[in-house]
Amino acid sequence: MLAFILRRVLQSLVVMLVVALVSFALFRYVGDPISTMMGQEATIADREALRERLGLNDPFIVQFFDFVTRAVQGDFGISYRLQQPVMELILSRLPATLELALVSGVLAFVFGVGFGVYTALRRRGWLSTAIMTVSLIGVSLPTFLIGVLLIWLFAVELQWLPSFGRGEVVDIGDWWRTGFLTPSGRASLILPAITLGLYQMTLIMRLVRAEMLEVLRTDYIKFARARGLSNRAIHFGHALKNTMVPVITITGLQLGAIIAFAIITETVFQWPGVGALFINSVRFVDVPVMAAYLMMIAVIFVVINLIVDLLYYAVDPRLRVERAGAGH
Amino acid sequence: MSTVTQDPLLSVRDLVVEFPTRRGTLRALDQVSFDIAPGEVLGMVGESGAGKSITGSAIIGLIEPPGRIAGGEIRLRGERIDNLPYEQMRRIRGRRIGMVFQDPLTSLNPLYTVAQQLIQTIRTHMDVSESEARARAVALLDRVGIPAAARRIDDYPHHFSGGMRQRVVIALALAAEPELVIADEPTTALDVSVQAQIIDVLKEICAERGASVMLITHDLGVIAETADRVAVLYAGRVAEIGPVRDVIQHARHPYTRGLMGAIPTLEQDSDRLVQIPGAMPRLNAIPQGCAFNPRCEHVFDRCYKERPVLQRAAPKHQVACWLTEEGGA
Repeated sequence: MLAFILRRVLQSLVVMLVVALVSFALFRYVGDPISTMMGQEATIADREALRERLGLNDPFIVQFFDFVTRAVQGDFGISYRLQQPVMELILSRLPATLELALVSGVLAFVFGVGFGVYTALRRRGWLSTAIMTVSLIGVSLPTFLIGVLLIWLFAVELQWLPSFGRGEVVDIGDWWRTGFLTPSGRASLILPAITLGLYQMTLIMRLVRAEMLEVLRTDYIKFARARGLSNRAIHFGHALKNTMVPVITITGLQLGAIIAFAIITETVFQWPGVGALFINSVRFVDVPVMAAYLMMIAVIFVVINLIVDLLYYAVDPRLRVERAGAGH
Repeated sequence: MSTVTQDPLLSVRDLVVEFPTRRGTLRALDQVSFDIAPGEVLGMVGESGAGKSITGSAIIGLIEPPGRIAGGEIRLRGERIDNLPYEQMRRIRGRRIGMVFQDPLTSLNPLYTVAQQLIQTIRTHMDVSESEARARAVALLDRVGIPAAARRIDDYPHHFSGGMRQRVVIALALAAEPELVIADEPTTALDVSVQAQIIDVLKEICAERGASVMLITHDLGVIAETADRVAVLYAGRVAEIGPVRDVIQHARHPYTRGLMGAIPTLEQDSDRLVQIPGAMPRLNAIPQGCAFNPRCEHVFDRCYKERPVLQRAAPKHQVACWLTEEGGA
């Protein structure tokens, strides 16, 4: 088990290095940060001076090596745009994104699994048909459109919920600002969380439904029925547990996607998270922020993948190491 | 063996099972009738698609929709069970009728230990504590021949071999001491070397507990060694039914005789086994009259017009063939 984790961590390091290389190489083509920073009037000499100061004249390999060495120490440099340490910027924005992602992830998982199981068990019911039809909309509508529609309905027409921002926030500890503790903070979370989680919810729901239908056809479910077990024990014990194995993987990966795709939702709702920070940095060719953001997303994906693999072991006994003497 | 006057444990009368499809309704079982006496082992043979498994599913009330029982009745100790509400039928499944399926590799839930599956089954049907159920489970595993049962019980199904898993399946089917066990090809998926052991275990335990067995198989050798009576199914109909000895040694129905001829023996030194020409008709193309008429070498006019009914050929031996009425062949 320990060896497995160590191996995975080593693999993860390689992945991170590749991500860093690719993103770093890409950023050389997004534009010239100097021209956006200095404006029209700057002289060529000024530009060259700044270029030299930021190390942009060094060969690519040197710049990359420099970036990696400092990144390992948690130093991603200074933002070109905001003139603050990148790490500080990201950390100050991260709680907003994580809270949003957490709420939409939980919503997506709970409703996704619930609806998935329901539509699998009541395959021909009218409510199942309705849920499946609506889920098609969830899959096919782009996130920003859903966000705009929700704002129009609930913020403009009904005026029930705020249309942008995080509402009032409360500081917890040194750097975590939460919106969970105030009524306006919670109200502000609802629309963005639905917008961000809807696609994932329909995805999870359709996956759970398909897997559940598959499992319900298996011999061991037939045998469980032939033994007279109650429907509850069969559906929520025997069937659901087997359904969850593939669902865990997808849900895990989707959690990463939720954090990464928060960019769009954050833009629509002017949510002060890392996604919005990234979009603004792209406009400004703020390479240090973009690089740090991509590295952060990569770390999140890698960590989630590791957790998913460990969860597999917890759910499926067939993957666990054979106990000594248990074979025959 | 049972006496004639004894009330049957299970009585199936004129059972019809249909599957509605887009191209019309298919009859998987057409007026199947038979009895099983208490403690009796009834073998059920036939080719794939003859309706053996459907019969088992119909009795335990688990025909896959859209299939349904379209006629006839099934009685367990005189009580009708084919039209019971779901919840009442559920209490009969496992408790009064147990079932063993074909493939032990897929019959057990891979994510639960053997103990969890056994204890859950026992506690579903019997009012016992967790520890009592566990003790029963260990005793059962021990009885079906799992070595070191007390230790192995907490293993997962994948820790057991195919033969051992089928023993676990038998333990599960018998966990609540049913009166009737339906064994649907219990050895087909197993190694030849363990087939006999599994059949022996099943037969012994059922005999011990006085449970009747309906043994579905296409292995006539197993039937000959195990069953008291045998029913031969063809295209969803009973072709012949009677005591094993009579049916095997004095088969009346041309189809049964064909089946017997297809078993190689050591005594006979023949180059080729007897073969029944043709194949069993598809369910949507069952001929008029006798379903076997296109393949029968003794076919005559009446076979094309009228469907033969089961008639007495010998005491307790019934055959659905017009030849029998004509005075036997």
